[in-house]
Amino acid sequence: MNTETGRHPGLNLGSGHAEAHGEAEALVFGFWVFMMSDLVTFGLLLATYVTMLDNLAGGPGPKDLFELKPVFIETLVLLTSSLTYGMAILSLKHDPGRRVQPVLAWLGLTLVLGLAFVAMEAKDLHALLAKGGAPQRSGFLSAFWALVPLHALHVTAAALWLMAIVAQVWRFGLDTPVKTALLRLGVLWHFLDVVWIAIISVVFLGGLA
Amino acid sequence: MTLSGFLDAALGRLDWNALPFWEMVAHPSASSIINGLIASGAAGVMVLGALVTVWALTRYSLWGALWRDWLTSLDHKKIGIMYIALAFVMLARALAEASVMRTQQAVGLGGGFLSPEHFGQLFSTHGTIMIFFMAMPFLTGVINFVMPLQIGARDVAFPLLNSVSLALTAAGAALVMASLLLTPFSIGGWSGYPPFTETGYSPDVGPDYWIWAVTLSSLGTTLAGMNFAVTIYKKRAPGMTMFRMPLFCWTALCVSILMIFAMPPLTLATSMLALDRYLDFHFFTNTGGGDPMLYANMFWLFGHPEVYILILPAFGVYSEVISTLSGKKLYGYTSLALATICIAVLSFTVWVHHFFTMGQSASLNAVFGIATMLIGIPTGVKVYDWMLTLYRGRVRLGVPMIYAAGFLMLFVIGGATGIVLANPSLDYVTHNTLFLVAHFHNMLIPGLLFGMLAAYAFWFPKAFGFRLEEKWGRRAAVSWIAGFILAFFPLYGLGLLGMPRRTVAFFEPAYLPFTLVALAGAGLVLFAFGCLVAQLVVSIRERERRRVPAGDPWDGRSLEWSIPAPAPEWNFAVLPKVETRDPFTEAKEQGRAYRSPEDYEDIGMPRNSAVGPIVGVAGFACAFGLVWYMWWLASLGALLGLGAMLARGFVRDTVRVIPAAEVRKAHEGWLAMVHATPRIPRHEENTPANLGHAIPASQEEQ
Amino acid sequence: MPPLAAFLLLSGCGVETFLDPQGPVAAQQRTHFWLVTALMALVVLPVLTLTPWLIWRYRDRGGADYEPRWAFSRAWEVALWGGPALVVAVLAALLWINATRLDPYAPLVSDADPLRVQAVGYDWKWLFLYPDLGIASVDLLAFPAARPLEIELTSATVMQSFFVPALGSQIYAMGGMSTWLHLGADAPGRFGGENSQYNGKGFHMQKFEAVAMDDEAFEAWARHAATAPALDAAALEALGREGVASDLARALDRQGGEILFGGLPDDLFARVMSETAKAPMAAHDRADGQ
Repeated sequence: MNTETGRHPGLNLGSGHAEAHGEAEALVFGFWVFMMSDLVTFGLLLATYVTMLDNLAGGPGPKDLFELKPVFIETLVLLTSSLTYGMAILSLKHDPGRRVQPVLAWLGLTLVLGLAFVAMEAKDLHALLAKGGAPQRSGFLSAFWALVPLHALHVTAAALWLMAIVAQVWRFGLDTPVKTALLRLGVLWHFLDVVWIAIISVVFLGGLA
Repeated sequence: MTLSGFLDAALGRLDWNALPFWEMVAHPSASSIINGLIASGAAGVMVLGALVTVWALTRYSLWGALWRDWLTSLDHKKIGIMYIALAFVMLARALAEASVMRTQQAVGLGGGFLSPEHFGQLFSTHGTIMIFFMAMPFLTGVINFVMPLQIGARDVAFPLLNSVSLALTAAGAALVMASLLLTPFSIGGWSGYPPFTETGYSPDVGPDYWIWAVTLSSLGTTLAGMNFAVTIYKKRAPGMTMFRMPLFCWTALCVSILMIFAMPPLTLATSMLALDRYLDFHFFTNTGGGDPMLYANMFWLFGHPEVYILILPAFGVYSEVISTLSGKKLYGYTSLALATICIAVLSFTVWVHHFFTMGQSASLNAVFGIATMLIGIPTGVKVYDWMLTLYRGRVRLGVPMIYAAGFLMLFVIGGATGIVLANPSLDYVTHNTLFLVAHFHNMLIPGLLFGMLAAYAFWFPKAFGFRLEEKWGRRAAVSWIAGFILAFFPLYGLGLLGMPRRTVAFFEPAYLPFTLVALAGAGLVLFAFGCLVAQLVVSIRERERRRVPAGDPWDGRSLEWSIPAPAPEWNFAVLPKVETRDPFTEAKEQGRAYRSPEDYEDIGMPRNSAVGPIVGVAGFACAFGLVWYMWWLASLGALLGLGAMLARGFVRDTVRVIPAAEVRKAHEGWLAMVHATPRIPRHEENTPANLGHAIPASQEEQ
Repeated sequence: MPPLAAFLLLSGCGVETFLDPQGPVAAQQRTHFWLVTALMALVVLPVLTLTPWLIWRYRDRGGADYEPRWAFSRAWEVALWGGPALVVAVLAALLWINATRLDPYAPLVSDADPLRVQAVGYDWKWLFLYPDLGIASVDLLAFPAARPLEIELTSATVMQSFFVPALGSQIYAMGGMSTWLHLGADAPGRFGGENSQYNGKGFHMQKFEAVAMDDEAFEAWARHAATAPALDAAALEALGREGVASDLARALDRQGGEILFGGLPDDLFARVMSETAKAPMAAHDRADGQ
């Protein structure tokens, strides 16, 4: 197996981590493949949302429900969390001393940002309910509630996974399974950014335009 | 809390009415008694089967072996075999249901004995089982068993995930089985079209059973698809380039990609239907801005690629069988691989042909109709490629070849009727009729099922070390073919006469002769299934004189035949180096087969894991809880599954190392045995002389 | 070919099918069907005949030529891809022409004005409204044979499919939406019709009769229908209940099973469509947390 260049897309561990780098080959590639099925899922939910835009059944529409400001802040938080995640992987890859602390610190920051995103999102959704925007109200709102909260659910699951990995770091240190798990979680974490960008473009910017 | 409050929380909406005999006890009438007896009989057979299995496992102290050697095993071969065993069990049930339906329609002129609800459940479970719990496990099992062997791998890319996929599929199958005892299942058909399956029209548990069974299967299949795709991309033996892979692996690759992209629409469709039913969402309701047509689009966005998920592996099997049993290279390998890719890509562009009658514009229908016909081109190429493989070969009419011959001739007829249906203007008069039913059975029985049965006969010796009995096998194959023709060709006629599908009774006397012939066909198919059972029993009893320890009973062409039968846990003592297509045939012809490798290395194989079975139990518990509103059970199941996956992250000792010395001992011992085994010519392959050491067909004097 | 066998068995007996067409749509569909079948025979027959021949001719120890390494021929490749492509090209052209010509939304070519009918699917019967005549009937679609039918369909319940095999095309009827279908009959006659989309336990009973009449008979029928009681709220409520036409006749106390209505509320069809699509208030209340 070629240890110089990981044949999976994205940040790799490089030759300094020969064993993990080799293991990552199939694992990370496999996770990319898995993400493809998630991509189809979100793609279809977006398509469903677009086809349901007119199915208001007399209920409120995008202009009655959405606000750009909280969405803007959430976007900043989520994108920053991707940056900090990238920093975690870079310090994992390049830290000559193989220290655990910098990696953990970056991961901790990522986790805080991720959870903050979920909390803000939950607050938004709660506000939506107060405005009569419950999913039972119309086909349009059903489509919205299937799409946006599913993304938040993904972020929650990713945060849970991150916590599990941090626990593994405590227990085992930065061993090969932890490294490959971090690479895979990274794919998911950045993927969720991409999905979020699609969501704000179509749902929020598109809805308020 | 009061007792009744506790029971409500514990049992949800489960009550005595769920028992299949309750109706006939509570409201006895001729109809309720007949239907109650049939339903209770079916439930009784299932319970009895389960009890006998438990008894036998206890009596012969096999629980430990079952747990260690099978349920927790991550060996792709064993997982494959378990998939196929599941498929056979489910096939038995769905066949029995088909026979009951055929009997009903044979006496259904103006009535019959089945109640409409009972008939509705029968066609719904029959379709759901045949697609999701017979066909899918069967082909997933065959791919699991064969593909890693053919590409020269020791296992799939993610062995644990493989076990989880199996467990999820099995949990879905168990849920459908549970609906026999705690009724009712859905009457909304295998496609579960809303708004009929919405709470407004189907408030009972039926559609919920369907939703969760299908969702479990769909998740399992998505994961299996990923696993296969990554295995083929990353785990091929040195030198096994894509265009040196056996054609079966090409079909497996295309199928995996289809699974990855086509299963999510199904999972979404069933999840949205669940949101509608459980939380009053409005995706597919008539009311509140819902759109039932959205469901049709999503379901068939899965449903049409699904057709090719079902059929492509069988195409792969036929390619291997026809080439091997003709003693000849596969004609048009590149064409066949390209045709497979074409079919896979085109399969995503035709879904609208499932609902031409929904009122789209004529040009939209025409575009999708033409796209559908385009698939006929690569499919036609394949058929002629297989015929040219027979041409100037030395064809042995063994059991797999009988299935292949039946397939070639019947499949083109199904293809022709498919072209009829692809014409929107002809679909308008054949849609929803038995013509359609005849067509898709014509594709799936000769296409998929014959292929899987051919695979079963072909690779059985590799899995268990002995050949299947030939006479019962031939009887089964011929009866399947004849039974299929008798059971389904009349349905073409009935469809052209406008008889709708899914009709419990009819009032047109002219239909009767057709339904009677179809009943005879169903009887013959049941006989064919009986032959398969007899074949297995006889083969196991006579296994000692059917053994093929040298591993190559059919003069095989690909890598799986170059190893012992049954295949060792590690598949290949030393990973093979591949230089050509048909590597084993080349090796045999050039005298390079069965050579001792220069050196042996330690082999790391995955350790057993209980995560698969735990996830399976958790999935079943969660789904069963959701069906009956036992929220505690659903939560418990979800937590158990999640917990098992999190806990798995903390397991580090996942690899069991088999020392080189042990591998050397086993392999050298086998090589010595092969060299001492006489080689046999092809016409002796179905005799006890066949110990699995073949004279290559090309070197045989005739 | 199984369809051929089916047809041979059929000829002579009076079963209704588009292969024995009673209207212009079904007649064109029959022609198209046989053309497609004939073209497909070009592909199918070689396989049906050559497969057994190949297996026999090249059987093991049969003494025929043996070329175990022969696996490619450019000429064959061209024929294998070209042949089916050619057949499909012809079939595709036929498909396009017929899909356009037999578009159920396209009016039939005729000198006469079409008769406008609105069909509403109920569990398990069809209500036919004649908005221009102010009458309606259940499970009986009467029309003058000399005029084409222009049917607009919807469903007051789950999906259904309106199908008269002897006249041709079927089309779905769906709640909250309308679809269109144009049919015609060559001559007066009675044709069986059905719902072909499964919709529950009364599905197999959901049959109706399409009756093509000469002009006078139709006028007489319309006059007769106009004398029937009007389609009032009570009748609409009874229609909405699950049951076949005979159950409805009992509920409405109609003698002889014939169910006609002599007066129609305005815009009944549109009302059914919007009623079917309206969200139940209870669900809203729950959603709003009131």
